[in-house]
Order: sequence, then structure tokens, then C-alpha cells
Amino acid sequence: MSVTYIDAIHQALAELLEEDPKVFLLGEDIAGSFGGAFKATKGLAERFPGRVLNAPIAEDAIAGVGMGAALGGMKPIIEMQFADFGTLAQNQIANNAAAHYYRTGIPVNLTVRMPSGGTPGGGPFHSQSLEALFAHYPGLHVFTPATVADAYYMLKEAVRIPDPVVFMEHKFLYRWLKADTWVDPQPLPVGKARIARMGKHATVVAFSAMVPEALKAAEELSATTGYELEVVDLRSIKPLDTDTILASVARTARLLVVSEDFPWGGVAAEVVARVADAGFHLLDAPPLRLTSRETPIPAHPELWKAHRPSAAGIAAAARYLISL
Amino acid sequence: MQSVNGSDMKEPAKRAYKAMLMARAFDTKISALYKAGKIFGGVFLGRGHEAIAACEGVFLEKGRDAYAPFIREQAGRCAWGYSVLESARSYLGSAQGCMRGRDSNVHWGIPGDGNPAPISHLGTGISVIAGLMLARRLQGQSGCVGLACIGDGTTSVGATHEAANLVAVEKLPVVIVVTNNQYAYSTPNSQEFACKSLMERGKGYGMACHECDGTDFLQTLETMQRAIAAARAGEGPQWVVAETLRMCGHGEHDDASYIPAELKAAYADRDPLAVARRQMLEKGWLSEEEANAWEEECRDEVQRLVAQAQKEAAPRSEEEDWDATSWHPMR
Repeated sequence: MSVTYIDAIHQALAELLEEDPKVFLLGEDIAGSFGGAFKATKGLAERFPGRVLNAPIAEDAIAGVGMGAALGGMKPIIEMQFADFGTLAQNQIANNAAAHYYRTGIPVNLTVRMPSGGTPGGGPFHSQSLEALFAHYPGLHVFTPATVADAYYMLKEAVRIPDPVVFMEHKFLYRWLKADTWVDPQPLPVGKARIARMGKHATVVAFSAMVPEALKAAEELSATTGYELEVVDLRSIKPLDTDTILASVARTARLLVVSEDFPWGGVAAEVVARVADAGFHLLDAPPLRLTSRETPIPAHPELWKAHRPSAAGIAAAARYLISL
Repeated sequence: MQSVNGSDMKEPAKRAYKAMLMARAFDTKISALYKAGKIFGGVFLGRGHEAIAACEGVFLEKGRDAYAPFIREQAGRCAWGYSVLESARSYLGSAQGCMRGRDSNVHWGIPGDGNPAPISHLGTGISVIAGLMLARRLQGQSGCVGLACIGDGTTSVGATHEAANLVAVEKLPVVIVVTNNQYAYSTPNSQEFACKSLMERGKGYGMACHECDGTDFLQTLETMQRAIAAARAGEGPQWVVAETLRMCGHGEHDDASYIPAELKAAYADRDPLAVARRQMLEKGWLSEEEANAWEEECRDEVQRLVAQAQKEAAPRSEEEDWDATSWHPMR
């Protein structure tokens, strides 16, 4: 049997609804027989009557209703149809839900699903990776699963955690990423980064759809040069597991951070800053960043491929890093 | 339907009037403290809003219902059942206050009571109230009401439109009270909206709409009672437009010099407290002596509770729990 990343999300949602009467879903086009723009909620409205709710096109209100329902004792899972539209809900998520625990001592058990990242033809407004934007605000956790098992396990954890969680699920991985099962019998706890591949010549830190790209680059580099890259899958941007990154850098002495988001103040900048802060002495070469380009995301697949980091680009950057 | 002529309005009228007296006494005290430099941050009074606010709160039940008061709703908080001690603690930054000095002035709430703590971003409270009502619906509760307060300025905010429309689509038991005090900070109605009346907004959402002169205590009481009862009876969302004039600055830092003198003069005999007192006496629901005694009682209570809040310790930065989330990963 083969399951996909979106199957894992669908399964997690179904189990969450099954297991906890406090869970309900709210979003645009998610109910009825339609089941969401990406079919993540297909069939759930029929299975769980009254608990999968369509909303008008109103991202701010969806997030505000989610927050209010959480304060009313529920565990809402809201869907932004695309992470790009999550900016329309940013006020409710960042200023209202995220600030709430510190202000009042009461956490807001809100899970915000955001289909994120680029796909060929997605264009400037259906492709963005906005992890850093939400991670910037105190009070939010930001999850970025890169495997089928993590998509399942971390979504279930997101709802279990009493705070607001922004769950960034990568659209490119939805049907492309496959596994035998979504169940990992011994999942790594949320908050721990994963060593996705062992290596000794350089550490490549990545998350979400950049993890499969980094792994592909590592295989290519190993086959062509014999250099072995260690690939660290962050799994969550916030919390950020600096310890695992530093331990890897201690072994390899070289750091390349790969991120699909824009370069300015992005996740890669944060990782590099932390390693420079706490592990400068571990480095034999300047830490490198490889991010998307400093332009909006182009629609045409030819341009898009050249805008985001690719396996070939990661391999080239790693070769350069090792040569330093 | 209860009526202003019926005796069953006497009890809520008395509670509402008492709340108005308490709010006015508190506002007067906190304004004096602001002018004496004893308050950090802004001070926002409810002068001109007292009848509207009190008549909202008096028909709501803490715990069962939900109430999102905002900047000028001190009388509503009193009518809902909160002591002015919490308001004093918020303004004075007492560590014993519900916000513990982490937020201040009117930004406080006790979410467990159905009273969310407002943020500064206008219009956000409506969808939070909608969410609280949706939660109650999913939990099988009925007969509850959520009331969200906005002003003429907030009707221009996108969040207001999104939330009002969603509330209407979901037919949630939500009352949206639009207090039109004619000025959003310094901006007059003419620069805020182009429709003839804010009633048209409510009609556009497909809500039942109500209108009242917010300086007329009994008319406001009757209007709020009707709107809240309709929402409680399952008749769907209600849109209430209450007209008044902000009889003070936006905050105490603002002298409201932009409000024309003629307009202020037109409202000189429409102070909601004076109107309410007159109406209560006319109805025979309160005697002159009782009204005077209540005023004195409220002033004394405010004096005592503000003094208590002033004595309470401020938060200490070295003891502060600088933690923005309740959950932490295993390390």
C-alpha cells in the first residue's frame, strides 16, 4: 500500500474528529461533497455532520471565529485555502490568538492549516512560504512537516498542543510524496529536528519540500564526488531545535541552510544567526544560505524552477561550501 | 415582549442606572488620576455612552452569554457584573489584575466568563464573539447570546464586514451594537461612511435591525432588551445602531476641539445620566433621595476600590514569566 502526504493529513483530520468531540473544521470550500481545494477534507462533512463547516471568503473572520471557539472550549482546525491568504488572517492569528496566552494566561487551542509553498504554475499568490512571517510573532508554533509520517503525526500533535499552531503543509508534497504508511511507531517528539541523512562533510539544514531536494542533492554528491552531506530536517520552525543543528555542525564543521522562503529575514537567516551565535567556533567555513530569489514567485514553470532552490542548486552550493 | 411601560423593566432599569452612576464615578476618578500623572498610557472615558453600555450589559448573564465591550463600555462592564476594581487594576497596572500589567486600560477581560480581552485592532471582537457562540452551538447549548460592541469608525474596518457577514450566514445568536458617537477619534461621520444611515449596513447583512437614541435611557433599555431577547429566542443576529455624541475626547489626552461647539451645545441637556435620572424619577422607579444616595455610594465605592488598586503591588520584571506559549518541547 502506498499513501501520500495529503492522505496522511486527511487521515489525521478524520481521526481527530473521531477521537475528540471538541474538534471541528472551518474553512472555505471544505464541506459538502467538494471537500476542499486540495480534497484534504473530502468525505469528512458526511462522516461528521455539523462539524465540518464552510465559511464565506473571510480569512480574518475564520481565524477570529476559530479563536473565539477555542476560548469557548473547542479545538478548531481552520483552513486557509492557500498560505498566501493567511496574511489576510494575520491580524487575528498574530495579534489576537498569539498574544492571548501572555496577556491572559489562557492558551488558544487553535490549529491553522496553511497549504504552503510552490508548485509549477502556482504564481506569485498561490506559492509563498510564509513560515518566518508567522514565526516572528511570540505565541505561535509553526510546524513544517517534510514526510508523510510527520504530516500525520504533527497535525495530530498540533491539535493536542493547547497553543495556536500554524501548520504549514507543502502543496508540492501533497500527492508527490509517498510512503508505505503514515504511521511511525516511534515518532520523534515535536520540537526535535531529525537527521534525515547522516554525513560528515557538511550539514544541510532544510524543512518542508526542501528536505526531499536536499536528500536528492546528497545522493547526487555522494555518487559524483564521494562527499557525504548530513541533512537535518527541522520539522518545526518554531520551536527551532538549535541543539540538533549545532550537534550536526559539530560533526561536519560546515553549514548550508536551504529554505524555500524569500531571503530577507527568512528561516535560513535565523538558523545561520543561531549557529553563528552559539557555534561560531564549530565552523571551518562561513555558513551559507540558499533560498528562493528576492522577487515575487513567477508563474511559468521554467522561471519557477529557477526561482526556488533545487537539488542541483543545493549540490552546487554544498560543493562550493566544502571547497572553502 | 416586555415593555417600558410594564413594571418588569423596573428592575433592569435600576441595575442599569446604578451601573451608569458607577461608570461615571469611575471615569471621573480615573480622569483625575490621569491629569495628576498617575496613569501610564491612555485613559478612555465613556461619557455619552453610559446608557447604551449599561443597557447592553444588564440583559446579559455572565458565564452563559458572551460580551465583547470595548473602549467606552465601562457602564456595560459594571452592568455585566464586574467591579470597577478590575478596571482600576488595569489602568493602574496592578499585578493582581487579570492582565497583570501585561496589558492595560480598557484592554482587559476574563475569557472564562465569556468576556474576551479586546485587542486594539478594531472589529476583531465580533468574530471572537461569533466563535464563542459557535462553540456553544456545537456543544448543544441554546438560549445564549453574544454581544459585540463597535463604533461608527469600526464599521469601516474589513474585519467588521467579514465577521458580520459570517454571523449572518451562520444565523448565530449575536447582537452587534454600533454606537454612533459621530466621531472616530477626530473623523466625523461624513468622512467615515457614505450611506445615509448605519442601519443600512445591518440590512445589507440580512440582519434584524434596531435603532435608538442612545442618550434616551428608557428607549435604549427597551431597544437592547428587544434585540437581546430576539437573539436569545433563536431569531438570529441583531444589528443595533445607537446614536449619541462622544461627550469627551477620544482619550483624556485629546480635548476634542474638532467637535463643533454647536454640536456640543445641542447635546448639553442630553447627558445620558441626567436623562436617566429624570426618567427614573418620572417613572417613580427611584426617589430623589435614593438617587442621591446611589451617587454618593458609587463615588465612595470608586474611591475605596481605586485606593485599593493603588496600594497593590506593580508587576516585577525580575519575577516576570517571559513566556509566550503554554507548551514547550521536550529538551
